[in-house]
Amino acid sequence: MGQRVGIEVSIAAAEAVGLCDADVIAAYPITPQTHVVEHLAELVADGHLDAEFVPVESEHSAMSVCCGSVAAGARTFTATASQGLALMAEIVYIASSMRLPMVMFLSNRALSAPLSIWNDHSDTMMVRDSGWIQVFCENGQEVYDAIFHAFRVSEDPRVLLPVMINVDGFTLTHVIEPIEFWTKDMVGKYLPPFKPVYTLHPDKVLSMGAFGMPEIYTESKYAHDQAVLNSRAVIDRAWNELAELTGRNYSAVQEYKTEGADTLILAMGSICETASLAVDQMREDGKKVGLVRLRLWRPFPSDNLRRVLGAAKDVVVLDRSISTGGASAPVTSEIRAAMYHEPNRPKIHCMVAGLGGRDVTPEDVCKMVDMALAEKTFDYHIYGVRG
Amino acid sequence: MAEATKKKILKPLKNFPTQEYLNSGHRACQGCAEVLAVRHVLKAIGPDMILAMATGCMEIISSPYPLTSWNVPWIHVAFENAAAVASGVESALKVLRRKGRIPDKDITVVAMGGDGGTSDIGFQALSGMMERGQKVIYVCVDNEAYMNTGIQRSSSTPFGATTTTSPAGKVHPSGQNTWKKDMTAIAAAHGIPYAATACPSYYMDLAKKIQKAKQAPGPAYIHILSVCPTGWRIPPNKAIEFGQLAVDTGVFPLYEVENGVWKLSRKPKELKPVAEYFNGQGRYRHLDATLTAYIQEKVLEKWNRLVKLCEASGGKEAETKED
Repeated sequence: MGQRVGIEVSIAAAEAVGLCDADVIAAYPITPQTHVVEHLAELVADGHLDAEFVPVESEHSAMSVCCGSVAAGARTFTATASQGLALMAEIVYIASSMRLPMVMFLSNRALSAPLSIWNDHSDTMMVRDSGWIQVFCENGQEVYDAIFHAFRVSEDPRVLLPVMINVDGFTLTHVIEPIEFWTKDMVGKYLPPFKPVYTLHPDKVLSMGAFGMPEIYTESKYAHDQAVLNSRAVIDRAWNELAELTGRNYSAVQEYKTEGADTLILAMGSICETASLAVDQMREDGKKVGLVRLRLWRPFPSDNLRRVLGAAKDVVVLDRSISTGGASAPVTSEIRAAMYHEPNRPKIHCMVAGLGGRDVTPEDVCKMVDMALAEKTFDYHIYGVRG
Repeated sequence: MAEATKKKILKPLKNFPTQEYLNSGHRACQGCAEVLAVRHVLKAIGPDMILAMATGCMEIISSPYPLTSWNVPWIHVAFENAAAVASGVESALKVLRRKGRIPDKDITVVAMGGDGGTSDIGFQALSGMMERGQKVIYVCVDNEAYMNTGIQRSSSTPFGATTTTSPAGKVHPSGQNTWKKDMTAIAAAHGIPYAATACPSYYMDLAKKIQKAKQAPGPAYIHILSVCPTGWRIPPNKAIEFGQLAVDTGVFPLYEVENGVWKLSRKPKELKPVAEYFNGQGRYRHLDATLTAYIQEKVLEKWNRLVKLCEASGGKEAETKED
C-alpha cells in the first residue's frame, strides 16, 4: 500500500500521470488547470518523468498534438478547462471518432460570457455528445485513482476511446487533501504498457482519418456508439480491480443513505460531498432523503439509474450547468429520458445551482429539496437568483 | 548546428525515383500541379516518413474511405492543425525511440496543407510548431485560393486575381485587392534552419530543397506554388508553363533561406513582363492596362527588395541553372 500524503489535488493528479509513465503531454495553460501541467513540466524537467512536454500555442493544438502523438503510439495526456475545451472542441470530437485513446484532466469551469474562472459543469456539457468516456470525481483520492483507471480503460484494445476526468475547478483542483499514493509496483500490476493496435509507422503503412461518404458515415457513427456503450464492461472491471488493489470501491452510480428514501438527490462531482452533509442533516430531521452520486456520465448508466431511482417518489437533480432556453438542464434531461418509460417513475425536479462558482452549502441543498417538493411542476429552476 | 548541417554532403537526385508514394487513381482535376508537387515531395523524401495532412484538395482527392492513395503512413485530423498533429507525431517518435519502444530509425515527419490551411486557418498551429523547434518539414501547397470549396479567396490569393469571394466588379475592379501573404518570409522570421519557395515546374530545384529540408536540424518550411487549372481558369496542359511563367516574371521568385542566409535559386537575366503570365489565365482576364502596370510595378519592387536581401545576407548568386 502506498503512502498517505497531504497534497493539492492537482499536484497529486500530475504525480499519478507521472507514475503512469506518460510519453507525451501537450497542454496550454488555463485557470484552474495550470497546477497539473506545471507539475508535469517540473517532473519532465527534473528527469523524474521521461516524456515529451509539448508547450503548445493553444488548446486546439494541444488536442491536435495529442491526436498525432497517440496515432504514433505514445501514452498521451492533456489537461484543460472551460474556454480551452471550447477551443479544442472540434478536435475533441475527432479524437474519439478516430478512436485515439488518451486521458484529459478537465478542471471544470464556467463558460464565458461573462468571463468566469470559477466552477460549474458547462464546459464538459458542451462536449457531452463527443463520444468520450466521461467520469466525475468527488474528492482528491478519487481524482488520483481516476488517472490510473482512465489510462487503463482508454488504452484497452476493446475500448480505444479517450477518457475525460471531470474535476471541479478550485473546489477540488486547488484543495489539499490526504491522498493515498500508489506504488510503482501497484501501477505495474494495474496498468499494462500501452500497446496500440494501429500506429503510424513506415514499417506498416496505413492511412488514418479518411473522409466518410454518406454510404459509410452512419455506420462509422454506429460503430463509435457501440464502442462507447461496450466500454462499460471494461470500465466496471477496471474499477473492480482497482478495489482489489486499493480497497476503494468505485462504481458508475453510488448511493448514500438511499435505503427507504422517498426523495433522492442526484448530483455529479464535488457537490456530492456537500449534498451528503445535507442528507445527513435531513435524515436527522426525520426526512427520508438519500443521495445518488453519478460518477459515470458517458457511457450513461441508464440501467443502474433506473434501478436506483425507480423506488423513489421524487428525484432532485442538482445540475451544475444550464441548457439555455432548453427543456431542462443537461443532467436532468438525461435522467428524465432514462426514466420516461418506467412503470414506476419518480417526479424528476431540476435544480440548476452553483453556476460560475456560486457557492452551494448543505443548507442550500436542503432548501432546494424543500423547494422542489413544494412546487407542483416545473421544467427547471435556477436556484439562488438574486432579485 | 549550422556548421554541422553544412558538412553533410547532399547527393542530388540524378533521376526521380520510380517508386510512387501517392498512387494514381486519385480524384484530382486534370492537370493539377499540386498533386505533381506532392508526388515530387514524397519521392524526394523517400519511404521512411509520416505525413500529417490538413483538410483540403489533397486530402479529399486521396482518401474517400475505404480507399486511400497513400503509400506512406498518412494521417488527416482537421483543417487547421496539420502542423500540430505532425508535432504530436514527432514528439511521440522522439520519446518512443528514446525509451526503446520503437525501432531506432530516422523517420521524417511531414505536415502538409494548402494555402488556406497554412496562411489562414492553420497559421497559428504552424507558427507554434516552428517556434517550438519541432523537427517537421511543413509543406504548403499553394494554389492561391480555397479551391476545394469552390475557389474562394485566401490570404495567399494574389492581388488582381478573381475568386468567387473576390470577384472583380464596378466597386472593386481588381478582384482580390490585397497582396499575397509572404509565408516563406514569415516562416524564416521564426529563425528556423530552412525555408524555401519552390514550384513543380522546376522540379529538380524542388527536390533539392526537400532534401535540404529533410537534413535541416529543426523545422523546415517549403512553400510550393501549385498551379490549379480549375481555379486559375487555364487549360490543364498549361499548368507547367504557367508555373514557369510565375517564376520567370518574378511573381513567384524561387529562393531559400538557409540558416538566415537568403539565396535566390533562380535569377533570370531579365524578368519577363507580368502580362505574359496573366495572359491566358481566366482569373486575370478583367485586368486592364492600368491595373497590370500597377501590379508590374509592385512585382518589380518586391523582386528588387528580395535581390537586395539576398545580397545583404551574403546569399549572392542564383545557383540553380537547370530548367
